[in-house]
Amino acid sequence: MSTTAAEGHHADHPSGIMRWITTTNHKDIGTLYLWFAFIMFFVGGFMALIIRSELFQPGLQFVDPQFFNSMTTMHALIMVFGVVMPAFTGFANWMIPMMIGGTDMALPRLNNWSFWILPFAFTMMGSTLFMDGGGPAGGWTLYPPLTLQTGNALPFVVFAIHLMGMSSIMGAINVIATILNMRAPGMTLMKMPLFVWTWLITAYLLIAVMPVLAGGVTMLLTDKFFGTSFFNAAGGGDPVLFQHIFWFFGHPEVYILILPSFGVVSTIIPTFARKPLFGYSSMVYATASIAFLSFIVWAHHMFTVGMPLAGALFFMFATMLVAVPTGVKVFNWVCTMWRGAMTFETPMLFSIAFIILFTIGGFSGLMLALTPADFQYHDTYFVVAHFHYVLVPGSIFAIIAATYYWLPKWTGHMYNETLGKAHFWLSAIFVNITFFPMHFVGLAGMPRRIPDYALQFSDYNQIATIGAFGFGFAQLLFLWLVIQTIRGGAKTTDQVWEGAEGLEWTLSSPPPYHSFTTPPLIK
Amino acid sequence: MEHAESNYYIPHGSYWPFVGSIALCSFMVGFSNLLNGASWGKWLMVVGGIILLVMLFGWFGAVIRESESGAYNEQVDVSFRWGMFWFIFSEVMFFAVFFGALFYARTYALPWLGGAGTGASTNIYLWPGFEAIWPQTANGPAAIGGEFKPMAAWGLPAINTAILLTSGVTITWAHHAMKANHRGQLITGLFLTVALGAIFIVCQAIEYYEAYNHLGLTLGSGVYGSTFFMLTGFHGMHVTIGAIILAVILVRCIFGHFKPEQHFAFEAAAWYWHFVDVVWLGLFIFVYWI
Repeated sequence: MSTTAAEGHHADHPSGIMRWITTTNHKDIGTLYLWFAFIMFFVGGFMALIIRSELFQPGLQFVDPQFFNSMTTMHALIMVFGVVMPAFTGFANWMIPMMIGGTDMALPRLNNWSFWILPFAFTMMGSTLFMDGGGPAGGWTLYPPLTLQTGNALPFVVFAIHLMGMSSIMGAINVIATILNMRAPGMTLMKMPLFVWTWLITAYLLIAVMPVLAGGVTMLLTDKFFGTSFFNAAGGGDPVLFQHIFWFFGHPEVYILILPSFGVVSTIIPTFARKPLFGYSSMVYATASIAFLSFIVWAHHMFTVGMPLAGALFFMFATMLVAVPTGVKVFNWVCTMWRGAMTFETPMLFSIAFIILFTIGGFSGLMLALTPADFQYHDTYFVVAHFHYVLVPGSIFAIIAATYYWLPKWTGHMYNETLGKAHFWLSAIFVNITFFPMHFVGLAGMPRRIPDYALQFSDYNQIATIGAFGFGFAQLLFLWLVIQTIRGGAKTTDQVWEGAEGLEWTLSSPPPYHSFTTPPLIK
Repeated sequence: MEHAESNYYIPHGSYWPFVGSIALCSFMVGFSNLLNGASWGKWLMVVGGIILLVMLFGWFGAVIRESESGAYNEQVDVSFRWGMFWFIFSEVMFFAVFFGALFYARTYALPWLGGAGTGASTNIYLWPGFEAIWPQTANGPAAIGGEFKPMAAWGLPAINTAILLTSGVTITWAHHAMKANHRGQLITGLFLTVALGAIFIVCQAIEYYEAYNHLGLTLGSGVYGSTFFMLTGFHGMHVTIGAIILAVILVRCIFGHFKPEQHFAFEAAAWYWHFVDVVWLGLFIFVYWI
């Protein structure tokens, strides 16, 4: 065994709660991230169900409009910053050192801080629901001047976003330092698993745009409390400036939410198709292209705000360009499965559903990219349908797939495949029942972010609400399955999946506390 | 290195990050309450600030002890380099958004308010007679904050530019001395750098005093005041932080820390200092000069 300092400390790490508070271990921190994301998933999901309950019928049933609006706002902020981002950071923590043959993350104490900022940030944000004026209710995009009418919540939300940004930036720095500096000898960049590649590129996006959001919300704060005029036309500023700032962050942000999903799917599909990934290098280049394009498309979120024709044209065409590398990816996934010896375990099912349903979201994105068409779709439920298709059967399905795929490795136990498949079918059916009708009500003209609506939208809204409750309760089955797998179950082999390849599968199941204390040989 | 054991240093479990979270959270909750009109908020801010200081001493103290005991090998050093580099990049992006606000206000927002462009009727209906002239009417059509005079570039700001550029030279001199193991020159160079940083901060304070008391230029002077004070304010904050970091490095040099071949803490501080230097050049050109 190794005699490094790391091993020396092995025995004396504290137990109980202090183990988790003081840990510098990538697996412990990954676990913390994942549990945090899981808890926030149910919190954010509960808010979604409040929204859907209110929308079951026209008229006001359960909540007042202010609270409804703060539910839509908080649901979005929680799902984006509290669920998808921490969940993928959790997978990154667990898997990147194992995939590249490293000991641990490069900067372990920083890693601990990246996580332990989050519970404080979300406590601060959540507490605003109980304050004078209620929680933030201007939408997660925080547009002024509406957001400046927020009550006591505003500074808390701004500072919570600062904290979330710090957490993301530190996490991203750690990922980059780990990937660039902790690879085993012989693990060249173009040999890295695609999950590692997508995370490297995601980390660059995070470092580039989280400070922009921090700056933007700081200007909101000073406009409200210190008399600045950034977003005040009377003082020479412009509220539209905030939209530019927000979406310069916001568009790369949505790719931050989806790129690691691409990595997950690109890892799972080859395993269960029993074929190497089709077009590995084109996948890498496509990911990098998507990341680059994400910086020059932001104004497609604000076509209706009024911008010069040249601007509208540029952002329309740049946006449609995104379809090219994304198409490369979908093509490669399908070609990986082509004539593969396929089996359909739960992670594979979720991955295939990802490809189909994410592509639907991609196509509705293309519709929204057309400037003249967007004038019709803007701020309707069609937009809600679009981004939920890329985020729920997109990012969330990838997170679920990754959990089923790697949980046996982490715990040494196999999950219950029958229940896993049941979870898949319930999720896949209910997710479509929830979000597909939103396309129709959107095209028919139902605006988003309203607690009440015209009578003719009732049918589809009722279907969506039924779907939402079905999807929500199906996730309790997921929680049960995860707990059951952690506590026991059939022993797995080190390789777990017959077709799995990569360094992570050469470690024992469950893997040792420190991943590769001796760097593995890379063929 | 093929198949050799990894000597990468993985630190003990540490409670400093958690303490840091408590500190930040206390500070921010205090500040939020203060902004919402609760005067006790400032005391919570003070408590948060004190905890933050304790955390910084504790965390950096542990790192310094580990470093001086030789726990960090070359690979750890590389991790620190990547970490610091991308941290500075994130800071660049933070300043970029305020520069972006300045450019947007100058090239789009104000001219549009003044009637430029086609299709917009803001000027005709809302602000007839408003003429957009930078910087004279850059506090907007409602002249928010009242009359003001812009800050002239070729007075104190030009001197400040010279001061910061000189400090860039002195820190490079100190770095060469570090590598050549000339401790006397190293300490002199570093001391000069810290001193120049302090002079810069004093000059900025004088400038702010002038702006508020003689030019009528305040944070509330429309978008000109907003961008001017936010950009120079955040920059001044970063110079202050940089000077404190350099002062700590200076003290460590006096205590005989660092080796000619391994002194990343020094280099990280120097990178940071050059970064605030470059930001200042951007400020001088775009905020003060043109």
